[in-house]
Amino acid sequence: MGSGHGHALYVHEHSFIHRMAPQAKLLAAIGMVASVAITPREALWAFGIYAVAVAGLFVASRVRLRYLFVRLLAVAPFVLFAFFIPFIASGEKVELGPFNVSVEGLWGAWNILIKATLGASVSILLTSTTEIPDIFRGLAALRIPALFISIATFMIRYLELIIDELGRMRIAMTSRGYDPRWIAQARPIATSAGAMFVRSYERGERVHSAMLSRGFTGEMPIFKQTEPTPAQWAVVSMFVATFVAIATTALVVT
Amino acid sequence: MSADLQAQGVEFNYPDGRRALDGVDLDIAAGERVAILGPNGSGKTTFALHLNGILEPAAGSITIAGMPVIEENYPEIRRMVGLVFQDANDQLFMTTVREDVAFGPMNMGLEGDELDRRVDEALRVVAGTEFADRPPHHLSGGEKRRAALATVLSMDPSILVFDEPTSGLDPAGRRELITTLASLPMTQLIITHDLSLALELCDRSVIMNRGRVVADASTREILSDAELLAQNRLELPRVIGSEG
Amino acid sequence: MILGMHAPDGFLNPGTAVVTGIISLVVVGFALRQSREQLKDKAIPLAGVTAAFIFAAQMFNFPVAAGTTGHLLGGALAAILLGPSVGIIVVTIVVVVQALAFADGGLTALGYNVLNMAIIPAAGGFAVFRLLRRVFPQNAGGVIGSTGVAAWASVVMAAIAFSIQWLFGASAPVPFDTVFGSMVGVHALIGIGEGIISALAVGAVLASRPDLVYGARDLDRTQLAEAKVGTRAFVIGGVLVALVFAAVVSQFAVDNPDGLERVAEDTGFIDSGEDHSLADFIFADYATAGVSNEALSLAIAGIVGTIVTLLVAYGLFAGMRESRGRDPASV
Repeated sequence: MGSGHGHALYVHEHSFIHRMAPQAKLLAAIGMVASVAITPREALWAFGIYAVAVAGLFVASRVRLRYLFVRLLAVAPFVLFAFFIPFIASGEKVELGPFNVSVEGLWGAWNILIKATLGASVSILLTSTTEIPDIFRGLAALRIPALFISIATFMIRYLELIIDELGRMRIAMTSRGYDPRWIAQARPIATSAGAMFVRSYERGERVHSAMLSRGFTGEMPIFKQTEPTPAQWAVVSMFVATFVAIATTALVVT
Repeated sequence: MSADLQAQGVEFNYPDGRRALDGVDLDIAAGERVAILGPNGSGKTTFALHLNGILEPAAGSITIAGMPVIEENYPEIRRMVGLVFQDANDQLFMTTVREDVAFGPMNMGLEGDELDRRVDEALRVVAGTEFADRPPHHLSGGEKRRAALATVLSMDPSILVFDEPTSGLDPAGRRELITTLASLPMTQLIITHDLSLALELCDRSVIMNRGRVVADASTREILSDAELLAQNRLELPRVIGSEG
Repeated sequence: MILGMHAPDGFLNPGTAVVTGIISLVVVGFALRQSREQLKDKAIPLAGVTAAFIFAAQMFNFPVAAGTTGHLLGGALAAILLGPSVGIIVVTIVVVVQALAFADGGLTALGYNVLNMAIIPAAGGFAVFRLLRRVFPQNAGGVIGSTGVAAWASVVMAAIAFSIQWLFGASAPVPFDTVFGSMVGVHALIGIGEGIISALAVGAVLASRPDLVYGARDLDRTQLAEAKVGTRAFVIGGVLVALVFAAVVSQFAVDNPDGLERVAEDTGFIDSGEDHSLADFIFADYATAGVSNEALSLAIAGIVGTIVTLLVAYGLFAGMRESRGRDPASV
């Protein structure tokens, strides 16, 4: 199920969203998703506005909508689960074509579907317009603990190397005719996972030596950050304010 | 620009108790370029890690430019001794090459124009200015090796220690690296299996085996002693057209 | 199923998202301090590279049966190899980066995703591991066996935790019994793969670098070298226990037939001619079952929740004590 991992989602383009300082984008994404999450499910009009706004941002980012739809498949399993809810939920029932479904369940399914789709779309917009190191720089600017960010940065740096090693182990196993069908045949996989851990740990120790050799004392040096321009803050504030206003109105009205 | 180095009776045991260094004695003059040869597992890399205090000897001592390698001198020793690791991926851990080259000087407290000057100069020496802003994992093998060298050059070292600098490089990459090494004025210790590199770059060679220095002479002398080479699992490249 | 993936935004209600977010923040903050103490200045490279290992291990598909595959979650494995606090940090970073940098899992769902996929498997799994180590023989076989059961239990505990969160933060009125029965039942089976792979992986590390297994630091070389009798017995025994457990737990869901059966009934696959009466029957069934089961549901949730919480706390505490006691990061 982790098939989408490991490959950066960044789409190289030139748009004002790509150029925007990462911390501004992060705040905007969190503000928008949080607004969506607290909006009552009955406020259909609110979700309509959100959808139009997010679609507009995608157009502005010049990331193709087709890319968005492909990436949205990642939430498909939950969509599937949402489709079951009307059938397994309790409460008043209505007939829907040949089916007999729960009204509350229908609302629940709608709630998950729309919020998951909008939330994932915003996340996809963020990751397709921001390179991973910039996301970490943005987090640093938002005062996420440096230790956490440094570990995450190292993880991304060495992920590709480890995946390559994994690929080579796979090839070595396959070329000797290994094609497991049952869990009982999983020993070689588990053994190579163990070997991979040892290699990773030893690499961590060598990297540590390389860091000490260059005067590392336990604190990572801090690099200059790009500060968001006032115009960027203005755009972000406008968007977040709009989303929050819609969510608040929806909460009051419903 | 260059410093001398003395090692006396350096001993080291692995955590599991095996003996890695069994009394290494070595004297290197400022500005010398010395090849360290020897079979796998003979203690070459372990010795290199003692030169800047990453590993501490169980017995014996090392001095760099008259300064003992002990904890209170580590910051200065680590500035003076630049270690270039065998796997450049271990040395390039930051997001871009430029950040990696800046890592050492920043730990020394440099910033602003002086930092930029150091970084640019180190990148220029290794002909790496064009890949400065690329992420390390997008570089070729030769580019990674040169970037790794730049990460220590930016600290303005007096001694450079290389661990297998040409392993895994294609012939053109190897040639570029040799040219770069030949142009550097610092004292250099080059751990290598590449005997023609030793002959080309180093007047003097040392053979280590089982944690000891077993030969220390001019590179020509060592390479012409077929028996000594065979005893230490070394082999000269065969010249095209010669017999055999 | 559900736990192998990252829940999207809106899956649980905002209140649950906030509460689980606060719990996760507090625990992760605590674990960050602990891991810094444990690893000293090695924290960044070691935790970083091993986090990459866990990330990659989650992409490691293993066969379950007849061509279907599952993949490792790795929480218990990380905690047993690296200790609970470093394990929590490493898996948390994997989950957070998956959400922020790979758009996998909702941003507002991070609280419960981190709690269910990182904290509970790592801390709870380690706690079970510690308890079992006292029972199992003090040798490599004992470590491997404890790892297998603990990794299995870590998946089940995460499923339990999710069911309890559903009780408080459901976004749709699916009865707790249904969610609990199917989640825990299914994961008791899925967890077998997690248990076997984790156990064998720890076995492989013990064979080459026993000093790297945090959970086996109390054993010396002779103890580790002792014959690893019992690996096979443990696998067979573990599978049996898991099967029995799954069977017992799914009984909870019997009053309310599980999802697929319910769908089949509702959509008329079972009896297409009596839509109305069938619906009424089920509705009535739920109404009465709901009343009589409400107390039971809450009781189960309360008891199980307390046990999970205690185990997680125990795992965290054990990690703290061990990292104070010695310096496991030293070579």
